[in-house]
Amino acid sequence: MSELHREVSDLETKSATAARLFDIRRIIGGLFVIYGVIVTIAGFFASDEDLKKAQDVNINLWTGLAMLVLGLFFLVWLKLRPLAAPEPEHTGDGRAAE
Amino acid sequence: MQSPTYLAEGLRLPTNALDYTILAIYFVVVLGIGFAARRSVKTSLDFFLSGRSLPAWVTGLAFVAANLGATEILGMAATGAQYGVAVVHWYWIGAIPAMVFLGLVMMPFYYGSKVRSVPEFLLQRFDRSAHLLSSILFAFAAVLIAGVNLYALAIVVEALLGWPQWVAIVVAGFFVLAYITVGGLSSAIYNEVLQFFVILAALIPISVLGLKKVGGWDGLTDSLTESHGDNFLSAWGGTGIGDPNPLGANWLTIVLGLGFVLSFGYWTTNFAEVQRALSAKNLSAAQRTPLIAAFPKIFIVFAVMIPGLVAAVLVPKIGTAGSDLQYNDAIPYLMQELLPNGVLGIAVTGLLAAFMAGMAANVSSFNTVFTTDIWQRYVVKDREDDYYVKFGRLITAIGVLASIGTAFIASSFSNIMSYLQTLFSFFNVPMFVVFIIGMFWKRASMKSGVWGLVAGTAAAMVNYFWIYKQGIIDIPSDQGANFVSAIVGFVAGAVVMVAVTLFTAPKPEAELAGLVYGTRSPGLEEPPATGDDAWYRKPALLGWGAIVLAVICYLPYSF
Repeated sequence: MSELHREVSDLETKSATAARLFDIRRIIGGLFVIYGVIVTIAGFFASDEDLKKAQDVNINLWTGLAMLVLGLFFLVWLKLRPLAAPEPEHTGDGRAAE
Repeated sequence: MQSPTYLAEGLRLPTNALDYTILAIYFVVVLGIGFAARRSVKTSLDFFLSGRSLPAWVTGLAFVAANLGATEILGMAATGAQYGVAVVHWYWIGAIPAMVFLGLVMMPFYYGSKVRSVPEFLLQRFDRSAHLLSSILFAFAAVLIAGVNLYALAIVVEALLGWPQWVAIVVAGFFVLAYITVGGLSSAIYNEVLQFFVILAALIPISVLGLKKVGGWDGLTDSLTESHGDNFLSAWGGTGIGDPNPLGANWLTIVLGLGFVLSFGYWTTNFAEVQRALSAKNLSAAQRTPLIAAFPKIFIVFAVMIPGLVAAVLVPKIGTAGSDLQYNDAIPYLMQELLPNGVLGIAVTGLLAAFMAGMAANVSSFNTVFTTDIWQRYVVKDREDDYYVKFGRLITAIGVLASIGTAFIASSFSNIMSYLQTLFSFFNVPMFVVFIIGMFWKRASMKSGVWGLVAGTAAAMVNYFWIYKQGIIDIPSDQGANFVSAIVGFVAGAVVMVAVTLFTAPKPEAELAGLVYGTRSPGLEEPPATGDDAWYRKPALLGWGAIVLAVICYLPYSF
């Protein structure tokens, strides 16, 4: 097959993404836990005015808790099913040790 | 015609320090992702295509998020406020079938042929002229659409937060530029995944509180039936051929124009979308990318339609001369009316995130096409790989600056979505016809590609700007005219391709392996990765499941 096939296959073997890219679940989990905590606390201190505006729903509390749960879900998922551990320190050419 | 993006005066949100804290945290994380992704960029393949190594759920969510820009969100809520439940067409018939087709039918050719971009596929299948033309058209459109996003962002931010337009443009442009230049596509995709969740966290509370305010779904439907009639709450009501309806389209133009041509053109050949699938780690993951995206796509319509409908109840004159509010104001208006500080900060963050992601998807696809398809192929060839990574970073910066410059074209259409779809019907429709014929008809000649592109684009433009705008044929609305232009462009492209093929030489059979239906590319027979044979990862099941679900969703709104 084509030159293109060879070129891309060659680049794939040199690629460092698989070995070095961090796991996005950690970021999603972390951000949503932080947001969840902030917004839930805002819900604890909801003023009457806030409640009235939000149709008598403590929307900060519920949204905050939901975000907290989503954040924890990602962190737990990460814990239970981690990616194959990359070992960038020992691999000169950037490929993870299989 | 009114300018689309001006939000009404008086939509200023009562943001406080809490909301700005939430926003600031997001911006820090966005940059953090960029810098953390930097160390994974070693080759040009890493920078432009994440080394073809991402898992399917990541590319799938990025696939849906790349489309879930703020222009889409505000525009679709606007469509809901203006046309009612008919907005579901843009999702259930205007997205799902095309996404499933991409995953099940087209992806083996795209991914298996190892092309790095959509234009590169045309180079393999047709010739250099089709390749160069589509590359240039795509690069041009991507910068233009990135500009639309940036301009819309500036207007919205000015109205909601009171920042001067130039501040919003500089800040958003800087962040997008920084995280893509540094981290490449991985950074763009990771930010899209994050944005997907933040935007949901913004839209769901708005929908829930909005519904509560108008007395639940029953209260909503009762009010709208009374004020707008039965058809406002029906997907197909009033779409008989010849019936007048606000959409200006009938069932035939909806199914063929929106559901087939526009939608397949956008979802299957727009590189800003397809790029997400090409960065998946293997063929199975690439196939599942649009299929995984289809499921959230089916349900996201509720989170934009409900705010639109609620706004139509609360502000009966919305979008008319009797009201300060435009259709595009639906979501910002509800944010102002319903959200207390805290969730308000999440909503503002979600909106800004969506603007930036909508822009970033175009910038990250633009830099890839410009570098690998234009620069590397025709201008500075055969340099070491490192050079193209550097050039990719440079062109990213140039692309962002150019999109700032083009931002102002957006100001002469009454609805942002209309504007975007007009562009898509000119650029994507001929792309789709060339792809579909090229993939399924072995005989289609090398020269037929470029002529199909030219004829399709020209026909769609003539139909829109001359036949419709000059009033030669009466089509009631811009949307309706878009659908018709798309069909015209498709037919013209197809006819010209067939005609040209009859008189020109076919591509040698040996060069078509893996590019045309019925052939296989060498090396495609790699064994499935462990776990990919699980039943819930079977592309056919996911794809047909999405189709069935979309049909079921139509039922309550069809009778």
